[in-house]
Amino acid sequence: MNGSMRNLALWGAASAVLAFLLLPLLIVLVFAFDASSVQIWPIHSFSLKWFAATWADEEVRGALLVSLEVAGLATLLASVLGTLAAVGMNGLSSRAVQVGAFFLTLPIALPGVLTGIAMNSFFTALEIPFTMVTLVIAHTTFCTVIIYSNVMARLRRLPPSLTEAAQDMGATPLRSFTSITLPLLGGAIVSGMLLAFALSFDEVIVSTFTAGSETTLPLWIFGAIRLGQHMPEVNVVVFVVVAVTLLPIILGQKLAASVSRER
Amino acid sequence: MTGGRKLLGHVALLLPPFGWLTVFYLGSLFILLLSAFWQVDSMSGEMIHEWTLDNFRVLVTDETYRIIAERTIGIAALVTVTDIILAWPLAYVIARKVGPRMKLFLLVLVALPLWSSMLARIYAWRLILGHDGVLNWFLRSAGLPEQSFAFTNVALWIVFTYLWLPFMLMPLISAIERIPASLLDAAGDMGATPFQTFRTVIFPLAIPGMAAGSVFTFAVTLGEYVTPMLVGGAGSEFIGNVVYSNVGVSGNIPFAAAFSMILLVVIGAYMLVARRFGAFDGA
Repeated sequence: MNGSMRNLALWGAASAVLAFLLLPLLIVLVFAFDASSVQIWPIHSFSLKWFAATWADEEVRGALLVSLEVAGLATLLASVLGTLAAVGMNGLSSRAVQVGAFFLTLPIALPGVLTGIAMNSFFTALEIPFTMVTLVIAHTTFCTVIIYSNVMARLRRLPPSLTEAAQDMGATPLRSFTSITLPLLGGAIVSGMLLAFALSFDEVIVSTFTAGSETTLPLWIFGAIRLGQHMPEVNVVVFVVVAVTLLPIILGQKLAASVSRER
Repeated sequence: MTGGRKLLGHVALLLPPFGWLTVFYLGSLFILLLSAFWQVDSMSGEMIHEWTLDNFRVLVTDETYRIIAERTIGIAALVTVTDIILAWPLAYVIARKVGPRMKLFLLVLVALPLWSSMLARIYAWRLILGHDGVLNWFLRSAGLPEQSFAFTNVALWIVFTYLWLPFMLMPLISAIERIPASLLDAAGDMGATPFQTFRTVIFPLAIPGMAAGSVFTFAVTLGEYVTPMLVGGAGSEFIGNVVYSNVGVSGNIPFAAAFSMILLVVIGAYMLVARRFGAFDGA
């Protein structure tokens, strides 16, 4: 095989793999506009009618509300915990930081089914009923590391001279933190929150084990696909979930990019 | 500021996040470990806190569970190998064949699926592999025989491979990027054919990247239960499915806990092996 043939084969294989990675997402997005109530390819006529039908479905709206509440609350709590963890660990020995980061990462590094069953048996053992509270606790636990790593990455690039200067000029550590460090971390915290929100909004595995009778949007999708019910609505909801999770990601990336340009 | 006060400051800051983690997460893992040795009263269905190894005895002796464990580990290994093979051409092109702007664009495209809904990505394959799906339409148009992969372990293999491919691509791209160009030039100057250069220089130096990716693809597949439920068939049960079906009112949490412990042990062992291949050396 000569050089140009080899190059052609390489590019061909790379394009095929990229298509394998992206086409399924495209297909699932297109189906939201399918007018038919059965899923057959090729799609014969396009319509927005299922968007209206889905919005009119009380169950879907209820699930959306639960998802927004859980993701919102978990993101808020995680933003506090994650920021505290990053600021508190900044300046410790690299060994201590490594150990701390390891424990923070554990809830998302271990398979969701392990985290799920562990938290399920925890709440069961303590006789805590499964409600939105348990759902928020579970989501906060695996969202914290997202905020932490975003803030930590930002802290590493901050010159320590800034807070030292503030303290030399008589600011208390708390004062120098609130008036110097925190404003500089704002962008990293917000972009971390967007990522955490997206993660929580889409989470299904840990939710299954901690939701009790609450239904989040992913749990609704999971149930509907499993039972083969409301498929046209599933198409629409899936479209919305993809949009809702991708939007914060893109926004977050833009934000992170603009923050790093400022420096 | 004295050292003591400074330390106190760190502790005050770290107390809420690590307190939370210790209570809710490490506490949960601890209870999971304990409950693996508890049992359920066969009459009332209530959990009894009496120590027993029965859960593990059933797991080892009952053939059903051995088959499920073997299937789970086997498919996870197969998916990992498939992802390594699929990742190479794209990772190589992204790492070495395109300019910086194109590279950034392709990296975003690779990461995109990872950040979009997992359920949506699984569901997509129901639309593709179904009898009247995209793939059969394509095969018919091309004059080829139709496939019927839907709800089989083949579907499971395809969907898992698709789901976790970005996890393999990312570390492999950075591993290939880190290979100094001078090494490749040197191999070429000394008369190595491109294949020899790949086999003796590029591939060995990319092993840590593949090991890092395999930790994700293997561990994530191992702990799955959603994909087997949505695209698998009658013979597609994973360890996760047994765990899932044992949680709830009629379930047997101690048994589920014991089975998930096996999951934890396999993942832990795999991580130790992967570490030997440098999976955790790269940043």
